[in-house]
Amino acid sequence: MKDFFLVDSRFSQQELPACKPMLTPGLVIMAFIFIGTIFIPIGLVSLFASESVVEIVDRYDKGCIPEKYGKHMVAFIQSKETNKTCLRTLTVPKLMKNPVYVYYQLDNFYQNHRRYVKSRNDKQLRSKAYASETSTCAPEATTANGSAIVPCGLIAWSLFNDTYGFSVKNKALEVSKKNIAWKSDQDSKFGSDVFPKNFQSGGLIGGAKLNSSKPLSEQEDLIVWMRTAALPTFRKLYGKIEVDLEANEKITVLIQNNYNTYGFEGKKKLVLSTTSWIGGKNDFLGIAYLTVGGLCLFLAINFVLVYVIHPRPLGDPSFLSWNRNPAGHCTYG
Amino acid sequence: MTSSEPLLSLSSCNPNPSPVELPHPPLNVGPLSCLCPTASFSSSIYDDAQSNSLDAKDNDTVSVGEADCYQKPLDDDSVVTLERFQSAESQFFQPLVLECPTKETRHMVSWGSMELQEYPMTHEISGTTLVQDRVSKSQRIRHRSVQFEDNFSSEENPRLIYVNDPKKTNGKYEFTGNEVRTSKYTVITFLPKNLFIQFHRVAYLYFLAIAALNQLPPLAVFGRTVSLFPLLFVLCVTAFKDGYEDWRRHRSDEKENNREALVLQSGQFRLKKWKKIRAGEVVKVCANESIPSDMVLLATSDPSGIAYIQTINLDGESNLKTRYARQETASTVFEEHTISGLVKCEQPNRNIYEFTANMEFNGQRFPLSQSNIILRGCQLKNTEWVIGVVVYAGPETKAMLNSTASPSKRSRLESYMNRETLWLSVFLFVMCAVVALGMGLWLEQQRTQLDTLPYYRKRYFTNGRYNGRTYKYYGIAMETFFSFLSSIIVFQIMIPISLYITMELVRLGQSYFMIEDKHMYDSSSDSRFQCRSLNINEDLGQIRYVFSDKTGTLTENKMEFQRASVYGKSYGSSSNITDDSMPEASISAGAAERRWKLKSEIIADTDLVELLHKDLDEDERVAAHEFFLTLAACNTVIPILRRSSCSSCTTSDLHEEVGAIDYQGESPDEQALVAAASAYGYTLIERTSGHIVIDVNGEKLRLDVLGLHEFDSVRKRMSVVIRFPNGAVKVLVKGADTSMFSILAKQTDEISPGGNIAFNIKNATQSHLIEYSSQGLRTLVVAARDLTAAEFEEWQHRYEEASTSLTERSTKLRQTATLIECNLNLLGATGIEDKLQDGVPETIESLRQAGIKVWVLTGDKQETAISIGLSCKLLTPDMQQVVINGNSEDECTRLLADAKSKYGVKSAKCRNKGLKYKKNSENDYLEIPDETRTSSVSQLHAGKAVGMKSAPLALVIDGNSLVYILEKDLEPELFDLAIACKVVLCCRVAPLQKAGIVDLIKSRTDDMTLAIGDGANDVSMIQMADVGVGLCGQEGRQAVMASDFAMGQFQFLKRLLLVHGHWNYQRVGYLVLYNFYRNAVFVMMLFWYILYTAFSTTSALTDWSSMLYSVLYTSVPTIVVGILDKDLSHKTLLQHPKLYEAGHRHESYNMYLFWMTMIDTLWQSLVLFYIPFFIYKESSIDIWSMGSLWTITVVVLVSIHLAMDIQRWVLVTHIATWGSLVMTCVCMVILDSIPIFPNYWTIYHLVKSATYWLTILLITAIALLPRFLFKAIHQFYWPSDIQIAREAEILRKWPGQLRSKPGQGSS
Repeated sequence: MKDFFLVDSRFSQQELPACKPMLTPGLVIMAFIFIGTIFIPIGLVSLFASESVVEIVDRYDKGCIPEKYGKHMVAFIQSKETNKTCLRTLTVPKLMKNPVYVYYQLDNFYQNHRRYVKSRNDKQLRSKAYASETSTCAPEATTANGSAIVPCGLIAWSLFNDTYGFSVKNKALEVSKKNIAWKSDQDSKFGSDVFPKNFQSGGLIGGAKLNSSKPLSEQEDLIVWMRTAALPTFRKLYGKIEVDLEANEKITVLIQNNYNTYGFEGKKKLVLSTTSWIGGKNDFLGIAYLTVGGLCLFLAINFVLVYVIHPRPLGDPSFLSWNRNPAGHCTYG
Repeated sequence: MTSSEPLLSLSSCNPNPSPVELPHPPLNVGPLSCLCPTASFSSSIYDDAQSNSLDAKDNDTVSVGEADCYQKPLDDDSVVTLERFQSAESQFFQPLVLECPTKETRHMVSWGSMELQEYPMTHEISGTTLVQDRVSKSQRIRHRSVQFEDNFSSEENPRLIYVNDPKKTNGKYEFTGNEVRTSKYTVITFLPKNLFIQFHRVAYLYFLAIAALNQLPPLAVFGRTVSLFPLLFVLCVTAFKDGYEDWRRHRSDEKENNREALVLQSGQFRLKKWKKIRAGEVVKVCANESIPSDMVLLATSDPSGIAYIQTINLDGESNLKTRYARQETASTVFEEHTISGLVKCEQPNRNIYEFTANMEFNGQRFPLSQSNIILRGCQLKNTEWVIGVVVYAGPETKAMLNSTASPSKRSRLESYMNRETLWLSVFLFVMCAVVALGMGLWLEQQRTQLDTLPYYRKRYFTNGRYNGRTYKYYGIAMETFFSFLSSIIVFQIMIPISLYITMELVRLGQSYFMIEDKHMYDSSSDSRFQCRSLNINEDLGQIRYVFSDKTGTLTENKMEFQRASVYGKSYGSSSNITDDSMPEASISAGAAERRWKLKSEIIADTDLVELLHKDLDEDERVAAHEFFLTLAACNTVIPILRRSSCSSCTTSDLHEEVGAIDYQGESPDEQALVAAASAYGYTLIERTSGHIVIDVNGEKLRLDVLGLHEFDSVRKRMSVVIRFPNGAVKVLVKGADTSMFSILAKQTDEISPGGNIAFNIKNATQSHLIEYSSQGLRTLVVAARDLTAAEFEEWQHRYEEASTSLTERSTKLRQTATLIECNLNLLGATGIEDKLQDGVPETIESLRQAGIKVWVLTGDKQETAISIGLSCKLLTPDMQQVVINGNSEDECTRLLADAKSKYGVKSAKCRNKGLKYKKNSENDYLEIPDETRTSSVSQLHAGKAVGMKSAPLALVIDGNSLVYILEKDLEPELFDLAIACKVVLCCRVAPLQKAGIVDLIKSRTDDMTLAIGDGANDVSMIQMADVGVGLCGQEGRQAVMASDFAMGQFQFLKRLLLVHGHWNYQRVGYLVLYNFYRNAVFVMMLFWYILYTAFSTTSALTDWSSMLYSVLYTSVPTIVVGILDKDLSHKTLLQHPKLYEAGHRHESYNMYLFWMTMIDTLWQSLVLFYIPFFIYKESSIDIWSMGSLWTITVVVLVSIHLAMDIQRWVLVTHIATWGSLVMTCVCMVILDSIPIFPNYWTIYHLVKSATYWLTILLITAIALLPRFLFKAIHQFYWPSDIQIAREAEILRKWPGQLRSKPGQGSS
């Protein structure tokens, strides 16, 4: 009890035991060295990991337009008559161990635009009971006769609808479209009893149609698409190739080039990538770590030098302003 | 008239029962002076401050500048002069009268709470208008309760109270009932009224505007409910707090209103609830009961009509005050009788020291004054019962009218902060403009595609009723505008509204520590430090000027009688005091064996005691007798006998036992004098309104008090007219020397021997006075004279008339007093010591070292002030004293100019001024302690040759000169001179002049001012200064009530400023900068992101994270650091007061720091945005994951930023800092676990990714690297004083090392 009062009074007198850190030169140098020695290995490891990732990127938006439509790409893509199949050949630079992830990458597509991000209705997606709930979905909420579109909203409407078929040496590569979406989304955000209704039935077709016999929770392409991207350039998982791809193999890709990115000068890219602990190919992280680590070591050396050349004794009262300039006879400097 | 009939002190003693209406004299002779607003204060401490101007005018006419010669030995000429101008008095008041501008009058009158028409007041105005004029400039700072005395005019609009006829009383006029309501709300009005009051704060309006904007469909950035959350939270918390406080007020009101009092109802005193009491009712109050409303006393249990009240609740003074029932009503029997009467009184006002009314009762008409009224809130003491008629009830009582709080001050740092907030608004505007412009340009660019963009879609697609209509699209211009508004919503926390709430909490915590500081606890008065204002804690760290009252602040205000000069002989010097029992023996040699025990023992001077035991034949003996009689009689002290059988001690039978007397009085000086008289055998043992009983060495001497002219600050003296048992009538006077020497008897030349003696006495007394005051004693001059029958008659007549007058009573009384206060015989003088408080010199020395200029403003005489100044080390012998005491504007101008040009070489000035200044300078030599005198003399002589610039200057200026100088044209001159001086000592200043001097500095510099004082006379100064400190002293609680901080002793000021002030400033300065940074870095991060969302104001962060960021995630550590962080220990700070100058240099908060912080913020926000941007540039990351990453990172970043700056880690700091990080994570996890949010399960995905963790680490490192580097280099090569002191403190280098020679550091 006495101790309690003691502590209490030390608190009220602001005399509690305290750690008073101070930037001594030693501490500063230690800190820099510490950061340097931590960061450089991390940088090396991540750079190495990034280097181990094999990535094939193929931009096909322009290449998949026949020559005669060169000036009328939008007309081509909007036309129902044109043949949109397109054949691309990719070369595997290095051995790609399975799973090889297949992404499509869109450019200049503002999935993070406020109008776009908000144009969905989570309630409707989650449960059958809210099927007619389209409150936040405008301008793509109801059909002409007023019945609700499921799934409503711009995001679902603009679902990406290019398809890829892969084959190596005329043997088709199977692309697994299972488990490409987040499990949590499938379980909790997209209802297993919600079926597409009135979807893409209006005059304007935005993108892919949905199989109205499959519940939303199994429409993984939609679920991936509806997890809107953070930045205007983004990749979305298309599927996984679950075999190894040997180096210098030629992969033939049969693309159904349906998605209209020509209207807004967006690029479309097909990406095949392996993965490492760092994720996809990402040199920036490693380089940044190395730079920072190197800088810190450099600063540490500088501080050591500077401290040797021009030290300042800590807590030396002669540096106090009133000691430095005692009226008249200041000699220090 | 019989002498046995008790007479009222302030009323007439005219035997004729019906007042005779005399024709009013056409022009009053006497010292007519403008009514000073402060004269209404009853405190006598600053008594001699006010009225110098009167003397000044006299001097002008007589053409001898003598204002500063009062205390010097006068030579023959000046005595003659004094006499001459006294005789000429009446003549030069007339011209003065004509000078007075009437507009002044109107001006002053309008200050009163009562509307007054012009009424002829012109003739009252004299030289004091100059004070008034100056004063009126600063009227905005005045407390409204200070009012003019005579703001009552019965003709205009009297309040009529019919005694015991509440129906009639309340019928015509709508007087309030006695129910009081201090509560603000009722159940019904609570919500609207509370909301209305709350929305007076700009911050809330900002919140509201933002929330309202967010409700507009095109702008809804956040979820509608989420955006209301911060506002609702703040409103609810405040409403709850207000509601609780009001509930408590309701309860106390109810308790108060339901108290019961005895009220005369149908002939009987019956209990009635307080709230039912109405004006006009007759109420009986018994001993120790509280008084339910303001009442005019009708009768008391004491046959002479005396009642004692304690006013501790009203003004904090604990001593008993006497109130009187009028003799005309005192004997009335109230029960079972019909009584009727009419009280005409002034309209309700706040002035608790004034009451003017008259009363008609049983056909008699008589005046009522302040001494006839008892106020609500007081308690009845030592009196069995009183009966009074209610004149003011409930909210109209003076206590309730006075209960409003003084206006709140705003701290300097906060106003700087507002300036920076303006900059932040500019940033906000620029950012919003960029977004809006970007939006406009983008829309313009995409104009043709808006209908085909999959992510925009201007129109509804469907064919139905919306077909072809645009969806949320209002044209480019409107879209741009809406974009601007919605970006304001997104960036709203750029303006750190939460900072205001944070600061309030921080200040609350800081004041807790100030209050709890045991080093600022005054054990003698059991008073803790008080924080009465919670807005200006940090101002304490930047004080540049301290304005201090002297009496009660530097000194203890415990008066001790030290010296007496009787009939030209000085007694009580240490040489002839024998501290053994000698005096007691000689006293007990007196007739009676009884002695009166007093609280304070005074060692009597043996010589004087011997003199008193001689026979009554010598002049000297008679003078000594009268001297002590005056001390015992001429006062308002009430003796309270501390013996059970009170009645027996007043009767003549003598007991052997010792009676103890406690003297209760309003002025400590008077108590000291009465106690001293008692020590010499003249014990005041009884005082009623009509007579006093003095025990003269065992013999009871009963004196009838015929009239009493109370102390006022214009006359600066008090007098009492008494009749001896043998029928002789005498007037006994005591007062300040300046006011007394002019009214002494003329020593005409023809009676040479007697005249010479008298003259010698005068001379000797004057030299004694100089001696006393140079010792720092407070002096009073005592005089008396016999009144002839004719004089007495005339006086009595005039006195009667004046005291029954309704208008300008105090003026008339003052005029009456001059009738008899003339031709007095000098008896002697007294010297009372006012002891210095503990630690005053040390404190002043420390403050000075800290770069704080201490100015002392006192009502005391110049010599007293200087001697106190010397004894408390304010003045040091090596200082050059520049004395300014001019008697006219020209003289002051010249003095100032001289002082300025000569830079304080005083000898030159003295030469110019001739005789009196030579004396003046001699006098200055006297003030310098002996050992240094020679050196300073040589300094003075060498002054011109050597150049005195290095010698510190001390400016001594008196209130008289200030009257002229504080006019506009001379103010700058004084200011220039004053700031060149190290010390400024202002003596004889009036309370409002004190405020004027504070204003002089405040209006001309940016420096912070602090005023410290303990009395009502310091109130104006305390309210004027940036920081007002009140001392809980002897002079009541007025100063404390008006102050921002209150404490027990002056010496705590050192700790308050140097330690707490420093800490608070440091803490709040950092707090503000950090809060700016914290919010700006967040907002700027959002801003960069918006540039990548086609300027649509998308936020990657969830609504909840955005809202909780500044409320929950990062707020607690800031508050804890703002309260607990400290850079240096209190020991170091006290040891090295110079460290305080960091506050003067604005080291903790300035523009440079602000801009550096902003640049740092810019860098950090860029790092925050672009590192993840580059890392996740071509990845499949979704918007919510990115937002989650940013949320965590920004919280980590600002927490580590804070952690880097914390100087003292205690357990609480650790808990707060790391705890809030943990809490953020927990909140994120919780928010991400709720399926309805779009960010569902995000965090669980992220934590599995190594990139996520590496990104956080990388951002933190890169963002803080420049700051860390800068800080390291800066501390290393440009260390601040605080940094060095801190290093030394931590490395325990302080003792000894401080005095090491400079230069050894460089190698």
